[in-house]
Amino acid sequence: MRIIGLFKPNRNKFILILAILSFSSAILFANEPAKNADSEHADAIVEVQDSSAVVAENAEATHENAKEEKFNPSELILEHIADSHDWHLWGHTSLPLPIILYTPKGLEVFSSSHFHHGEHPYTTANYTYKIEENKIVVLNAANEVDEAVTKTIIDISITKNVCSLLISVALLLFIFLSVANAYKNTVGKAPKGFQSMIEPIILFVRDDVAKPNLGKKYAKFMPFLLTIFFFIWINNMMGLIPFFPGGANVSGNIAFTMVLALVTFIVITVNGGKVYWSHIFAPHVPWWLYPLLVPVEVFGMFTKPIALMIRLFANITAGHILVLSLISLIFIFKSAAIATVAVPFTVFISVIELLVAFLQAYIFTMLAALFIGMAVEEPHAADHH
Amino acid sequence: MELVTPSIGLVFWTTIAFLVLIFVLGKFAWKPIMQALAEREQSIEDALSSAEKAKEELTRLNNESEQLLKVARAERDTILKEAKQLRDNLVADAKGIAQTEANKMIAKAKVEIDNQKIAALAEVKSQVANLSIEIAEKVLRNQLADKAKQEALVADLLKEVKLS
Repeated sequence: MRIIGLFKPNRNKFILILAILSFSSAILFANEPAKNADSEHADAIVEVQDSSAVVAENAEATHENAKEEKFNPSELILEHIADSHDWHLWGHTSLPLPIILYTPKGLEVFSSSHFHHGEHPYTTANYTYKIEENKIVVLNAANEVDEAVTKTIIDISITKNVCSLLISVALLLFIFLSVANAYKNTVGKAPKGFQSMIEPIILFVRDDVAKPNLGKKYAKFMPFLLTIFFFIWINNMMGLIPFFPGGANVSGNIAFTMVLALVTFIVITVNGGKVYWSHIFAPHVPWWLYPLLVPVEVFGMFTKPIALMIRLFANITAGHILVLSLISLIFIFKSAAIATVAVPFTVFISVIELLVAFLQAYIFTMLAALFIGMAVEEPHAADHH
Repeated sequence: MELVTPSIGLVFWTTIAFLVLIFVLGKFAWKPIMQALAEREQSIEDALSSAEKAKEELTRLNNESEQLLKVARAERDTILKEAKQLRDNLVADAKGIAQTEANKMIAKAKVEIDNQKIAALAEVKSQVANLSIEIAEKVLRNQLADKAKQEALVADLLKEVKLS
């Protein structure tokens, strides 16, 4: 638990957070132009090679270029970080996932294999469906997209992300129920095995995240903070596994981070005390500043969770984009030699991503605890404002 | 834009997943774990404080025994001192008694010796007196055998006697 040791002194902690925040946002923004440059570069290279009639020898390259001659890294990357209705395992093998649609005519459940990787429409008793750009649309009799009906169906399919999410949930339940059991079996004794690996992290969340921010009321919010910390962490870690059952970009999906931010917002708002609300609607300023300051404070209520949502989404997505961009270099240059550069770089970034996976979970939990701490603040402490 | 548009399906499943986690883990994992941790910390704290107490008790006992030892030592010293004093006194007394007894015996002996001496001297004196009288009687008997000598003696004696 050397990482945790790093955070012990408070000042170091904040410097480190700032450094990582700026570093990870730098990755995100630096990545955008780089990606575009990459794809332009790739186009140029591919054209040169095509014109000189050099057929790609690489098996991977031929596979990637089986249908279209050009390898498009941005398409590949965006396809990876987006959700999909089947889980690509290797080559042309995909794991079909269940499609669940809530339609005006009732619930529809069928396997995504009926779409043949999105190439064919599938007709059920009610509608004809097709996957277009990862979205399920309804076709009318003339095989055209029926926008009106498409809007009425709600897609709650077990997609790749949902599947990965459920695996994470199962893992979390397994890990923590067995750890809880270990606590029952070793009452009053030192922790053993897996329990002793988890315990420092739980203590870290309790002593370095919850207690400094929440004071005496920390115990009430421990289940929320621990759940959110381990939920984010395990999903971040699962996303770093390059193959099944990992590799899905769950914690880098805006829907996932939105739900967590929303839950945090609800916890903050429900637990907001007198001090919290008076800080928003009756700040300690001259009354004529109220028209200016009250809207700002109200706006601030929402920006906090929104910042949480975007931070996690951007950091994890950026990490995935970075790793995939580096791997794509091999296919852009159609040369195995590039792998000698790209692979060590990918390993390096992946190791950093391991740290980021922990850090983002920590930062989300830390800030959630901070905001809750501000909401449950006792009146005497507010006199300083 | 697809990247930043949350899909309803994932929102739905994430909400369910999170709620399931927070309820199941909250009830069956976090609660017992936090409780066990708190209990263990409490027991460690108790053990530490009782160890501290035991240590204090031990120091106190040590001090007490030290004190006792000191007192005992002092007592031993006084007892020894007293015994020595007593012995010295006894010896001195015995010596004194012996001395006086000896003195008494010596005095008695002296008295006895003196008495014997006096008796012996008296004996010697009476012997000497008797002897002298016997000698004088014999001498006188010899001297006064004839009349002339008797008269001469009486004359001598008369001359010596001066009538006054």
